[in-house]
Amino acid sequence: MKILNLAKQAILVPAGIQDVDIEKIMARLLTSSVDAADIYFQSSHSESWVMEGGIIKEGSHSIEQGAGVRAVSGEKTGFAYSDRIELPVLLEAANNVRAIGRQGQEAQIGLIHAANTVQYYPVGNPLKSLGEQQKMDLLRQVDTETRKLDHRIEEVIISLSGVHETILVANQDGSLAGDIRPLVRMNVSVIVVENGRREQGSMGGGGRSDYNYFVELNRGLDYGREAVRQALVNLEAQDAPAGNMTVVLGSGWPGILLHEAIGHGLEGDFNRKGTSAFSGRVGERVASDLCTVVDDGTIAGRRGSLSIDDEGTPTENTVLIENGILKGYMQDKLNARLMGVKSTGNGRRESYASLPMPRMTNTYMLAGKHNPEEIIKSVKKGLYAKNFAGGQVDITSGKFVFSASEAYLIEDGKITRPVKGATLIGNGPDVLTKVSMVGTDLELDSGVGSCGKEGQSVPVGVGQPTLKIDGITVGGTSV
Amino acid sequence: MQNQQEVNRLKDIVQNLLDEAKQQGATAAEAGLSQENGLSVSVRLGDVETIEHHCSQGLGITVYFGQRKGSASTTDLSIESIKETVSAACSIARYTSEDEYAGLPEKALLATSFPDLDVNHPWAITADEAIALAIECEDAARHYDAEITNSEGASVNTHQGIHVLGNSLGFLHGSLSTRHSLSCSVLAQRGDSMQRDYWYTVARNANNLEAAVEVGQKAAQRTLRRLEGRSLSTRQCPVLYSAEIASGLLSSFIGAISGGNLYRKSSFLLDALDTQVFPGFVHIHEQPHLIGASGSSAYDSEGVATHTRDLVTDGILLSYVLGTYSARKLGLHSTGNAGGVRNLTIDPGVLDFDGLLKQMDTGLLVTELMGQGVNILTGDYSRGAAGFWVEKGQIQYPVEEITIAGNLKDMLRNIVAVANDVDYRGNVRTGSILVERMSIAGQ
Repeated sequence: MKILNLAKQAILVPAGIQDVDIEKIMARLLTSSVDAADIYFQSSHSESWVMEGGIIKEGSHSIEQGAGVRAVSGEKTGFAYSDRIELPVLLEAANNVRAIGRQGQEAQIGLIHAANTVQYYPVGNPLKSLGEQQKMDLLRQVDTETRKLDHRIEEVIISLSGVHETILVANQDGSLAGDIRPLVRMNVSVIVVENGRREQGSMGGGGRSDYNYFVELNRGLDYGREAVRQALVNLEAQDAPAGNMTVVLGSGWPGILLHEAIGHGLEGDFNRKGTSAFSGRVGERVASDLCTVVDDGTIAGRRGSLSIDDEGTPTENTVLIENGILKGYMQDKLNARLMGVKSTGNGRRESYASLPMPRMTNTYMLAGKHNPEEIIKSVKKGLYAKNFAGGQVDITSGKFVFSASEAYLIEDGKITRPVKGATLIGNGPDVLTKVSMVGTDLELDSGVGSCGKEGQSVPVGVGQPTLKIDGITVGGTSV
Repeated sequence: MQNQQEVNRLKDIVQNLLDEAKQQGATAAEAGLSQENGLSVSVRLGDVETIEHHCSQGLGITVYFGQRKGSASTTDLSIESIKETVSAACSIARYTSEDEYAGLPEKALLATSFPDLDVNHPWAITADEAIALAIECEDAARHYDAEITNSEGASVNTHQGIHVLGNSLGFLHGSLSTRHSLSCSVLAQRGDSMQRDYWYTVARNANNLEAAVEVGQKAAQRTLRRLEGRSLSTRQCPVLYSAEIASGLLSSFIGAISGGNLYRKSSFLLDALDTQVFPGFVHIHEQPHLIGASGSSAYDSEGVATHTRDLVTDGILLSYVLGTYSARKLGLHSTGNAGGVRNLTIDPGVLDFDGLLKQMDTGLLVTELMGQGVNILTGDYSRGAAGFWVEKGQIQYPVEEITIAGNLKDMLRNIVAVANDVDYRGNVRTGSILVERMSIAGQ
């Protein structure tokens, strides 16, 4: 209730919009053939700061607000939005949208009532969690300490950003849910040079928290240390191997494997349409029995977490794969209704100006039984990929890629020399069947993931323990 | 007429922003405002899937207090919001550092003439007409072959935007532009092999869009030819980038000669000016004033006049790609490239696509690339790929689940030929490009 009131205070009160006005807009949306309708209000304040060349170079502040109205009839969706949260504008938008249904009598809608929510993160404004001078001091401290770490450091670039977002979703049953979503992020990237060879390293993190997150436990300073370590490793890296080989993936961020290889393919829209390589495969084996994978929006403070999704549904811990068997898909309301199941709280949208669709939250594999050292020891010849950059998937053919940014050769059970980053390519439906060892060291990523789908970007998390894959193609140059 | 009135109204708002910045003590300021309207419809399996009405706006301002800078933006164009946005930017400038390179462009470089580049052609299409067009397109794809078994649908999009840019040096200009597109994506199935591909057409003027049936048929053909793809064994061989993806190679090159990467020394082409970057037959130019093209504009995102110019002649790099800030950091002048290059063109060769396949003889034709495995600092390149294996100049079978890798420095220098099958849809215009040798990783 508290959250809902705060959200109303932030969005509806300044606009002079009352519950009865929302009922009016909803009534306008609902013709007799409309199955579902919602109104989504959003107000978001964000800022970002960049330090480069030893100076605070850039700062920016941004306010984004608006509302989107949607009516769904069968598989058809009508949608309009406006940057102006004003009753006449929203009524006009509703008029445009209702044409999606057949003309008919306006249906009765429920009176606006509060939907209950649990909150997985604090409601305070992260932009105000530190004074401006303290933010600058944090940046300068990380810059100074990072530059001290090694004489080969040539440049350090640090960015700090925060978002304070408030949303409200009204559904046709009259339920009104609100959420206040803080999000902070810090990133350090460094360039090192030695004998004319230049390399880079970068590390960052954050979550649904405030700027004190980077001060606590010296996280900001740790990002600098880690970025320098990676850059120096890259200075030594030789050409990466090419071909199919055994690959050990590190814990944490390499969980991007799960996001690309199976996550997207298990989103409800593709499966309703039958366009995913996983369509119609619930109950089948898609991974070795060592693998249990979940999508969990309920972890406190994580970047990918949400108390409610963008359709007002509370998020869940959804089991996707259990001991190798495909259990289910991630759903938003539209696809859940058309497939005859319940929404799993995965209906997400980039903003009021885009339509929601099934998206991941925090996707990770549960810990297994093997000691990580034991996993490395078991490999005669292969690749140990510790850090990754981005990835991509073709959900229909199932082919996916993810790019290692820090990797080493494994020779006779030992990690030997570093090799250059390379893209790994595999086939989603069978890559997890080749997982032969799963570590005890489950770790979630540090809070840097963003996922793009149909042009919409949303923050996500990934995670996994150390994993051994018996064969995957590594795209190096050393043939 | 109505449009011109709206442009004038938005210009007034931008002028207000600049005045307000001065009022609040800024020594210089730059402001931009965009307004976009549009309609998107998508159909799937012969019926409507979504109808989206777009209407968005936003303004942004950057203020300078001497050499200190602050920026702010908002989607709310009300008078109070303008005041708040300006003061947010001013407040930020209190905390940023003095930066001797910061500031507006040199006044002499700002655009003073604004030729009509023919980029504004509103499309008077109703939602019902757009639906009919999308269905015609999707039908052509679905009925093309029995192996086309499913569809992700077809969509029609039309957008008109007004963009106004002004600064405290007296630059204030508004421009109207349109963009329309039609796209289609279908699935094909044969046994266990399921594939999806797409085709699209995009233009400033809807009359220049490819016919709906043609778009649908191409989507179907491109999908069908991928069925039963296999991997390759790991090897080295020539790689032919088809025209629609070859632009990515040139975009990586542009990234490496862009000011931001150069002054940060994070480019594999540091100090490459006046050196041989490509083989001698390669000529690359920028044509920002092309009539009706996708990247056409008389000025860049800072108001600096754009110019038709040569970037690479006889394979030699003649100029970098610079905005005001990066130019000053490098001790040079802006090249009118704040916001990137506009209508980049590589001169096509004499061979058509089939001719280039024959020249390659045996090697890999790449038609799709996946992932972001391009390191602009080192030039290291490793990406997922799909395409076709070619022998004796003839396509043999589809290939997937492989990677192609090399170093961009070598790849650019080892371009063998550029075909004349230029893809004119995007901002980078190139034909298919044949690279002498790359590493292929597969089974």
